Amino acid sequence: MPGQSALRKQPAAPQPTEEVLSWGRYPRIAHRYVHKPAWSDQVPEILNAAAPGSLLPYGLGRSYGDSCLNAGRDLIDCRRLNRILGFDESTGMLRCESGVSLADILDVFLPKGWFLPVTPGTSFVTVGGAIANDVHGKNHHCAGTFGAHVRQIALHRSNDGLVVCNSEENSDMLRATIAGLGLTGVIAWAEIQLKRVAGPWIDAELLPFHSLRSFLDLSRESDGRFEYTVAWLDCFAGKNPRGVFFRGNHANDRGKEFHHKRGPKLPFALPEWMLNRYTVKAFNTVYYTFHAAKKGASVVAYDPFFYPLDSIRQWNLLYGRQGFLQYQCVIPEANLEAFEELLDRIALSGMGSFLGVLKQFGSAAPAGMLSFPRPGLTIALDFAMRGERTLKLMQSLDEVVRQSEGAIYPAKDARVSPAMFEASFPHWRSFVPYMDPKISSSFWRRVTGAQ
Amino acid sequence: MTLTAQPTTTNPASAPATGRNGAARKKIIVLGATSSIALEVQRLLARRGCELLLVARSSQRLAEVQADLVVRGARGVLTYSADLAWIQQHAAIFDFARRVFPDFDTVLLAYGSMHDQKDSETSVDALLEELQVDFVSATAILTLFATDLERRGAGCLAAITSVAGDRGRRSNYVYGSAKGGLSLFLQGLRSRLYPAGVRVITIKPGPVQTPMTDHMPNAARFADPEQVARDIVHALERRSPEVLYTPKIWRYIMTGVQLVPETIFKRLPF
Repeated sequence: MPGQSALRKQPAAPQPTEEVLSWGRYPRIAHRYVHKPAWSDQVPEILNAAAPGSLLPYGLGRSYGDSCLNAGRDLIDCRRLNRILGFDESTGMLRCESGVSLADILDVFLPKGWFLPVTPGTSFVTVGGAIANDVHGKNHHCAGTFGAHVRQIALHRSNDGLVVCNSEENSDMLRATIAGLGLTGVIAWAEIQLKRVAGPWIDAELLPFHSLRSFLDLSRESDGRFEYTVAWLDCFAGKNPRGVFFRGNHANDRGKEFHHKRGPKLPFALPEWMLNRYTVKAFNTVYYTFHAAKKGASVVAYDPFFYPLDSIRQWNLLYGRQGFLQYQCVIPEANLEAFEELLDRIALSGMGSFLGVLKQFGSAAPAGMLSFPRPGLTIALDFAMRGERTLKLMQSLDEVVRQSEGAIYPAKDARVSPAMFEASFPHWRSFVPYMDPKISSSFWRRVTGAQ
Repeated sequence: MTLTAQPTTTNPASAPATGRNGAARKKIIVLGATSSIALEVQRLLARRGCELLLVARSSQRLAEVQADLVVRGARGVLTYSADLAWIQQHAAIFDFARRVFPDFDTVLLAYGSMHDQKDSETSVDALLEELQVDFVSATAILTLFATDLERRGAGCLAAITSVAGDRGRRSNYVYGSAKGGLSLFLQGLRSRLYPAGVRVITIKPGPVQTPMTDHMPNAARFADPEQVARDIVHALERRSPEVLYTPKIWRYIMTGVQLVPETIFKRLPF
């Protein structure tokens, strides 16, 4: 390979390294070095050589804020640790390294009739990331979070080597690592229980709604009969929002050939002026009208149903060079007024965007110590980063969430205050003893004041 | 329940089946099976239901790769742990391959090393080591397999060299000369084996994102190993010429590079 006259070894002296961003492309911070182990046996060397609090495992970078970043310090890019280590055809138990992506799992196992037990709205996350954020999906009301389907993990820890964690052995460490934001160690491998499906097809139904109450009615009515439920919401409409409710179940196999389509790619960041309240309103109207016209039942492939945005690669560039923030919170159902207040504030600000996503969580016990999902309504909304006024709006939303005893989702966050974090996770201090002393993150330092 | 790799055996009795894209399910020997490009090639071959014999140094890493490829669809995966740079081990590797894969179709040589050129400029030991790994040992083991395929009158030999072997450059001529030598060796071998019906494929990748190049500036812009692997598998399936540049643009770049007169080229700073 034509090489520059560069050093073969990792540079001993810190030098600026490639730019690593999270999905929101905000904040933009520099890292000292990005380690890229290709084999699990290289991870202990990296951990041993590191200074306290200097490392953070990194996957596909789909966390929106700074929970996957480590300003001024190092990352361990786990994407090359992507081997499937075993699969039991009779039980669906999969053992794989932490850098395997959910897309890869579907690619290999869906043709064999197995599906992910829980999947977030993108398949471009690693197993390690899905565990570290204890991600949820459209089936939270019946399946809980991703962490609930992790039977066993092995964790590289800087102080005690490779630690196997399951319900009998080191069960606390397992609960800490699920939703542990990568702070407890580097997951070497995990065992995930896949679920049997007949094929790649989904019996989907699409229902327009015109108020929060009607959303809740739909959601309650659907929970028993549909494995997957979620809604899209036009956040420009205030407390009486219009939206589209999606629900579905795995369909019997139609015996039809299934082809994965590779969609277009957004080649560069759109100019900021293209995204304003008028263009977004227009988009939302078109989106609503289009879907309202398609209302009713149909059979669709799994990928547009679960991963509508995966078809546009790098869609995050839509928000321009300054990036965007996603706001995801959960509010207990008893405080529906608080939820209406939240929507009012967003509508009033005129800063909301498309892709408002609404879901009613189930009552499954949390799988991890710092798991975000809890009974109530969760909403996720994107806001283009426009400096101080965007941050102010989000602070005002924080107030509402805090008063209603809700919580914010660390995987989406880049700016929450320590007080708001504490309000969301009052027991976070009991998590601290499980952290690996060599690991830290920008998010963790920001919300806890740790060094 | 077993969550470890299945013990893998070949089953010569089963009829040759046809995998995806009409590719026959072949028996392929990969020398340097834990190199980044090899890893991706093997995944594509596993999907096609091929049988693989993987040779590399670390038995632990080989076991991980074996497990991965079995789950991904390989019909059988055998491993052999040996240091390919060490010619004394070649006979044992070859004997093992002949014993377990008497009817192998394809040999892919995928190992190599790239030292810091500066080391080779000041240390003859470093220079010789580079030539030993990238040229001497590679030609030695290819010769063993070539003779076997020639005798049988079928099959395919492929080796990964580099675009760096197309012209010697100030910053990389030691690696370049080893890979260039290997390319010339393959060129001659191709002629020698042509009458026997054995294909010889020279694979010349441009810079690829692998642990070998992570330290280089602009490494993020290098080619994806998966893309390079797709091109290689196409070549193995007779769907591209026997001298493969990958990504394809490198054929044109290197044509241009070779046209620059030496009086100018020697003054260039890279």
